[in-house]
Amino acid sequence: MNENRKLFVQGGVILVALIFAVKLFSIQVLDTNYKLAAENNIVQKIIEYPFRGLLYDRNGQIVVHNTPVYDLMVIPKEVQIKDTLEFCSILGIELQDFEDRIVSARKYSAIHPSIFEGQLTNEQFARIQDRLVEFIGFNIRARTVRQYQYKGLANALGYIGEISRRQLQNDTTNIYRQGDFIGISGLEASYEQELRGQTGVSYKMVNVRGIEQGSFKNGEYDTLSVSGKDLMLTIDADLQSYAERLMEGKVGSVVALEPATGEILAFVSAPSYDPNILTGKNFSQNYLSLEVDTLKPLFNRPLMAMYPPGSIFKTIQSLIALQEGVVTPTEEIYCDGTLITDHAPPGYYNMHEGIKRSSNNFFCQVFRRIIRQGVSENPFTDARLGVDKWKEYVQRFGLGVPLGIDLPNETPGNIPGSSYYNRLYGNGRWGFSNIYSLSIGQGEILMNPIQMANVSAIIANKGFYYPPHMVKNYDLSDKYKKQVQTGINEEYYDLVIEAMSEALRGTAPRAIIRDIEICGKTGTAENPHGADHSVFMAFAPKENPQIAISVYVENAGWGGGAAASIASLLIEDYLKGEITRSWIEDYVLKGEFVKGEILN
Amino acid sequence: MKLQRQNQDLDWITILLYLFLAFLGWLNIYAAVYSDEILHGIFDLSTDSGKQLVFIGVSFLIIIGILTLDFKFYDSFAYLIYGLSIGLLVVVLVFGREIAGSKSWFQIGGFGFQPSEFAKFATVLALAKFLGEGNRKLNNLKTQIRACALFLIPLVLTMLQGDWGTATVFSILVIVLYREGISPLYIVIGLLGVAIVVMTLLINQTLLIISIIVITLLLIAINPKNVKRAAVIVLAGLVGLGVVRSVDFMMTEVLKPHQQNRIMSMVNPNIDPLGIGWSVTQSKIAIGSGGIFGKGFLEGTQTKFDFVPAQSTDFIFCTVGEEQGWLGSIILITLFSALILRVITVAERQRSRFARAYGYGVASVIFFHFMVNIGMTIGLFPVIGIPLPFFSYGGSSLISFTLLLFTLLKLDSHRTQVLERL
Repeated sequence: MNENRKLFVQGGVILVALIFAVKLFSIQVLDTNYKLAAENNIVQKIIEYPFRGLLYDRNGQIVVHNTPVYDLMVIPKEVQIKDTLEFCSILGIELQDFEDRIVSARKYSAIHPSIFEGQLTNEQFARIQDRLVEFIGFNIRARTVRQYQYKGLANALGYIGEISRRQLQNDTTNIYRQGDFIGISGLEASYEQELRGQTGVSYKMVNVRGIEQGSFKNGEYDTLSVSGKDLMLTIDADLQSYAERLMEGKVGSVVALEPATGEILAFVSAPSYDPNILTGKNFSQNYLSLEVDTLKPLFNRPLMAMYPPGSIFKTIQSLIALQEGVVTPTEEIYCDGTLITDHAPPGYYNMHEGIKRSSNNFFCQVFRRIIRQGVSENPFTDARLGVDKWKEYVQRFGLGVPLGIDLPNETPGNIPGSSYYNRLYGNGRWGFSNIYSLSIGQGEILMNPIQMANVSAIIANKGFYYPPHMVKNYDLSDKYKKQVQTGINEEYYDLVIEAMSEALRGTAPRAIIRDIEICGKTGTAENPHGADHSVFMAFAPKENPQIAISVYVENAGWGGGAAASIASLLIEDYLKGEITRSWIEDYVLKGEFVKGEILN
Repeated sequence: MKLQRQNQDLDWITILLYLFLAFLGWLNIYAAVYSDEILHGIFDLSTDSGKQLVFIGVSFLIIIGILTLDFKFYDSFAYLIYGLSIGLLVVVLVFGREIAGSKSWFQIGGFGFQPSEFAKFATVLALAKFLGEGNRKLNNLKTQIRACALFLIPLVLTMLQGDWGTATVFSILVIVLYREGISPLYIVIGLLGVAIVVMTLLINQTLLIISIIVITLLLIAINPKNVKRAAVIVLAGLVGLGVVRSVDFMMTEVLKPHQQNRIMSMVNPNIDPLGIGWSVTQSKIAIGSGGIFGKGFLEGTQTKFDFVPAQSTDFIFCTVGEEQGWLGSIILITLFSALILRVITVAERQRSRFARAYGYGVASVIFFHFMVNIGMTIGLFPVIGIPLPFFSYGGSSLISFTLLLFTLLKLDSHRTQVLERL
């Protein structure tokens, strides 16, 4: 019996040893989860966010840079706070908040840091920084957010924000992770690829207290972060600031271009907002208040607003007519003022006079000649052919088609052709009489302000343009190096330019600058909903033009008032660097245009 | 038979295994406390590995002492040593120093001393002495009670100190009683009792109660004619139910919530993954990440970066598992099994009941430590903090195991003389 009992005891020892061997084999050799768990324990992935590219203006002044913000991070397993209430009062949060946040942080990870309070205010940061040693388990992480040097240009620059779930799903490049920032509008969006840089990742080994113990596998898997590319804007920050000041309290837009290059010198959408309010943690609150604002500060007017151009469109009509040969440069046409309402008196007008005095009746007749060239006996068919020919010309001026600017959400405007009117009136059931308002830039024709400025640049260049753009880094794309021709003879431009330079004396005396020869054209766009829109386009100087500009002020009455004054001040500021006519500046800043003005 | 036979040689196989384990233990203690940042040598006396070397040295002195003493000393003074040890266990309850929740330490100079470690040796010795006296029959209830009392007294005293781990060790001495003839029924009943207690904590009580009743009824149904046996079965069933209810009562009414948690997470670590469960989880991660060949000496990240608690003492096996892998672990388990089996062989060849019972006592204690300690690190046993013999860091533990083992070897070397004395 005793021999059996000895065997039982020995058997028990061997059995335990075998059980251990099998169990060890299962966790050490068969189950790989423990290896992963071990790596998860000791390896901390540290993401090094690259600096987002900076934006400079054309003179090298900084426009957008990065500024540090501080997040309060927590490692739940280590939290040791003597006085939680005091901690809460330092941060200005409720005790319940504290507990909720710890719970949600623990859900993410007990031993890896997560954000407890993002973007500490200066006050919070100052108060907690000194006491941090007492609050074990908490530390501060620095990162950067965008900081805008100027209060303006908001709509053009755009803003960045946390990547949305949908964007993340659609991202096939696998560059973005949840919580990453991405350009959402404006240049931040259109140059996202250049600006974002490359995120770096380093793997560090940490001990149980989260203290770094060196790099994992000697940094074999680490990548360095690469800063985003800096962009040089075509914007002239000083001109931009001045333009924004002049547009304060008004609704509309200003676009200034350098005709020889298509570079955008100033780009104002009024009213605007301070871009800095969309960087902080109050983003959603601020964004909402901008979105519900009835003046639509988030609406990027120079690109997205579609306005009837009004009389400034007469310049294009004359160029088309001359090129088509339906009018000769010197031909005089009698206008009795009966075709269309007119501020210009009846009499004989040639092209020069027509533009100079902005004769509606003259251009009505000219447009009739463009449309009704007698190609067909049928007046309707004739009009259809004429309109399509005209539309083809107009499109060469970058109208009715997107210009290809390097900003998102550009609208093409509207240049109606035969298909448009067929839809509107029915096939062959419309003629010149239905469309004659196009002659003076009214009716169905719609342009955005940047197109208006571009038309001015085309005239300044005598027949060509470079697509307007806002970034000078030409190595990024060849798109803005390509000249676009209108195919209209230079001599006809000379005629229009002459007329424009003389026009100001009659239509916009406020625009005249003593020693700068300025060529301009006013417009007063009819507005069925209220006071007319004040429109002006100009370039200067007449010889070797440096700046082409369009100003559109909603509900400000005649073009020679608000719009011409603003354009003239900006031209003077840009070309001379000083303002000599403070009374005009006062008039603009005061902003009471419609009251007491005689509408011409 | 002639008087005054020559002394037998010491059992070198056991000694070699002992030296091997102590040496590997020392290396692994160094690996466990090793850190890349603060470089200490393996001999640095401010670290555990340096101190362990001192303890190994002290153990050698004790071995010399044991071997020099007359072998009759242990037999003659067994009860005195036992009485002294029980006295120390009582004194430590009053004057002891509390370390990690248990009042089981005397502080002498820079070193702590744990009377309960010494009590293992004394209890094994006294039990052997008791069984060796005359021709005791273990089927006698009075003898059974007296024998059990010998190890239940230190068990209760260490439990009162709050050192539950060491207390449970004494219970393994039933193996000695088993070998010396006690009915296996006691072992079965004991194991069933433990099983019922653990199941009460783990599974639905109503279910458990129903199962006990059903099993009792089934057993009666199998023996319908034997009235006496049926009565015993019913009694056993009732005791079973009583155990379930009293465990439940202890858990819900007597113990404080934090004690309840501790007990609950001992049986089920998943209940408290960041508390006690943390130790087991991290221990399994460390061992499990070792793979077949391990990460290499001093390359264990989990132990190096302190994810495993008590890594040089109770969780020393993690260092082996992580750095030496499955093969290293198997070698260690083989060494331990070999040692225990060798001790059993040595015990079996004794000619006195005293020496044989003592040998079984040594084997049982080492076996229990080995089983519970390694079992705990790989999640097969609840977290009971007892060291791995000869391997874990700690003077009291190493010295008491040395005492246990080498006293056997001393007795073994005189085994023929012992026979003659009887």
